Amino acid sequence: MKSREKCVPDPAERMDLSDVGEWKRVSPRYVVVETAGTIVFGLVLTGAATALWLLADAQWALYAMVAIVVITAATVAFEPRRVRAIGYQLREDDLIFRRGIMFTRFVSVPYGRMQLVDITRGPIARWLGLADLKFVTAAASSGVLIPGLAEADAESLRDRLVELAESRRAGL
Amino acid sequence: MTTLADGEWHRLHPASPLLRGGIFIVAVLGFIITNLRERLVEVFFGVPRYGGDPVDEILARGAVGWALLAVVVVLLLILTVFYLSWRMHTFRVTAEVVEVRSGMLFRSNRRARVDRIQGVNIVRPLIPRLFGAAKLEVSVAGQDANVQLAYLGSSLADQLRRDILRLASGLRQPPPAARDAARDAAPDAALSPPPGYGLAPTAGASYSAATAVADRARDFFAPELDPDAAPPESVVRIPPGRLIGSVILNGFTVFVVLAGIALTVSVVAGVSDWLLVAFIPTLIASVSFYFTRVTKSLRYSIAGTPDGVRVGFGLLTTSNETLPPGRIHAIGVSQPLLWRPSGWWQVRINTAGHSSTKGAAGEANTTILPVGTLADVARVLELILPGFDSEEQQALIERGLNSKGGVDGYTNAPRRAAWLHPFSWRRTGYTVSNGTALLRRGVIARELVLVPLARLQSVAISQGPLTRMLHLASARLHTVAGPVTADLGVVDAVEALVLFDRISSGAISSALSDTSHHWNQPDGVAE
Repeated sequence: MKSREKCVPDPAERMDLSDVGEWKRVSPRYVVVETAGTIVFGLVLTGAATALWLLADAQWALYAMVAIVVITAATVAFEPRRVRAIGYQLREDDLIFRRGIMFTRFVSVPYGRMQLVDITRGPIARWLGLADLKFVTAAASSGVLIPGLAEADAESLRDRLVELAESRRAGL
Repeated sequence: MTTLADGEWHRLHPASPLLRGGIFIVAVLGFIITNLRERLVEVFFGVPRYGGDPVDEILARGAVGWALLAVVVVLLLILTVFYLSWRMHTFRVTAEVVEVRSGMLFRSNRRARVDRIQGVNIVRPLIPRLFGAAKLEVSVAGQDANVQLAYLGSSLADQLRRDILRLASGLRQPPPAARDAARDAAPDAALSPPPGYGLAPTAGASYSAATAVADRARDFFAPELDPDAAPPESVVRIPPGRLIGSVILNGFTVFVVLAGIALTVSVVAGVSDWLLVAFIPTLIASVSFYFTRVTKSLRYSIAGTPDGVRVGFGLLTTSNETLPPGRIHAIGVSQPLLWRPSGWWQVRINTAGHSSTKGAAGEANTTILPVGTLADVARVLELILPGFDSEEQQALIERGLNSKGGVDGYTNAPRRAAWLHPFSWRRTGYTVSNGTALLRRGVIARELVLVPLARLQSVAISQGPLTRMLHLASARLHTVAGPVTADLGVVDAVEALVLFDRISSGAISSALSDTSHHWNQPDGVAE
C-alpha cells in the first residue's frame, strides 16, 4: 500500500477533508468490474483502429492503436488506487462522498434533500455480488453514485438513508 | 362573488373549448375562405369568376339540401364535442390538492398537492383576454407536471389564485368574507356553474351590453397588479427607452451589425449577390425578434404580496406569475459587457417548477427582471430574498456586483489563480451571510449568484491536476436545474475545505429553521 502511494507526487498536497472520521471504502472486488469495463472499452477502440489500419490502409491508425493500448494498460494499473479512493461517510446530518485521485471530488448531501435512492447491478457486478447505489436529489448535478457495494450493504445502506431522510424531510 | 376553492367540483369557462381550439377554427375558416375566394369576390365586387369552386359543383348536381344538411350535422357534431369536453373537464381545489379531471375517451385525472406548489401563473392570451377569460396554471416540481385551468373568467381566476395561495400558505381557513360567500353560493355551486362564470362578469336583470363592454375595457386596461394586493412602493417599472436599449444592446445586435457590414461591403465590391438573398430573411427575423422581446417585456411589474412575489408583463398577451416564498433555489444577477456603460443588470432565478408560458423578454420565465438599474436590483432582491436586507448585506450585494476585488467581505481567489483566470481572479470569491451563499465571478460579464442555503441540494469541491499544482480547487453548489449555475472556478485549496464545511453545515441548519413551505402557518399548528 505504502509503495503504491509513492508513485503519486507529493501526497501531502492532496486535498482532503481534515476533521472527518474514517472513510467507508467500497468492496475491493469492484476493481474487477472497473478493469473489465476498461479492457472491453480498450478492446473495442483497438479493434476499430486495427480495422482502419488494415482495411483503410491508414498509417496513423497504427499509432492510435499503440496509444490506446498504453492508455488502457495505464488505466488498468491505476484501477486499484482509483477504487480505494472512492469513499463515503454517514455524518450526523449529511452524506459525504469522495472519489478520484487525479480529479478529486468531494460532495456533501444533506439527508433531507433525498428524492430517491436507486440500486443498480451490472452483469459483472451481479456475478461478483456487488451493487451500485445512487442518491438522487432535485439537482441533476449532485451525482452521488456509490459503486461496488456488497449487495447486502447496499440494501442496508439504502434503508438507512431512507430512514434518515424521512426524519429530516425538507420538502423541496 | 363565490369562491372556487371550496372543495367542490367546478367547470371551466363555457367558451373554453372554443378559445383553446381557436387555431383549429381559424384553420377551418381559412380553408373555407380560400375555397370560396372567387365566389366571395364576385358577391362583394361583382367581378366575374371562372367557376370551379365546390359551391358550383353542389349547385350543378342539385344537392343543395344535402350540402346544407351536412353543414348542420358537422356544426352540431362540433358543438356536441365542445359541450361534452366542457362538461367532462372539471376541477376542484381542496385544502390538500388541486385536482383536474378531463378527457372524453381517455380520461385523465391530475392532482397537485397544495403544499408543493411552486408557482401560480395567470396568463391572458390576446383573444381570450378580449373575451374576459384567463388561463390559470399551477406549477409543481417535475417535467410537464403542471395543472392547467384553461380558461376561467378573468376575475374568478384572480380570486382562485388568491385562494390557492392562501391554502398553500398553511392558513387553512378562508378569510371570513369569502367563507360567507361560499356558504351562500354552495347550493348551486356544486352542480351548475356559478353566476359570473360565463362571458358576462355579472349575471342578472341589470346586466346590459354596455356594462359588458365597459368591463372588458376595464379588464384590458387595468394595471396587472391589483393595487390593494401590493404595496406600490415596492414596484419596479422599466421605462420603455431602457427596455428597447437593453434589447438592442446584446450579442445578437453585434451579429446583425457585422452581417450588415459584410453585406454592404460585398454589394459595393460587387462580389456576389447571393449574400444579399441569404441575409434578408435573417434581417426580417431580427426585426420580429426585437419586436417580440420589447412587447413581451412592456408593462413589466414586480411586487411583493403576502403570498409571494408577483411578476407581471406583456402588452397584448399578459402573464402574471406568483412565486410563493421559499420557491427560489438560486438567483443570478448578471451584466453583459454591453450593458456596463449604462449600469444595467438582469436577474434570473432557478425554480423547481416551470410554467409552460414564456417569460419576460420572450425568454424562459426564469428571467425575473429583464433589465434594471442597481437600485432596481436591490429592490427585486429584497422581494425575492426576504430577510436579506440589513445594511451589511446590502453592502455585500453592492460589492458583489461592482467591486473589482480586494478585501471586501468576500473570500477571493489568491493571485496564483491568475494562471487559470487571468482577468477575473480578483473578483472570483464567495461569502456566506444569513443563510445565503453569495458567489461572485466574471469580469467581462459580471455575475453574482445568490443561493439560499435552505434550498441547496448538495455541495461539491473538486481538484484536478492543474488546480492541484497551483494549490487551488473549484467548488460547485448544486441547485435545481435552471439558467443559474452556482459554481466557483477557482478557490484556494485550503479555503475550499472551509467553504465545503461552511456551506454543508449551513445547508443543514438553514433547512432546519426554514418554514417557508407553509409561510403563513401560525406557530404550533405545524403538522
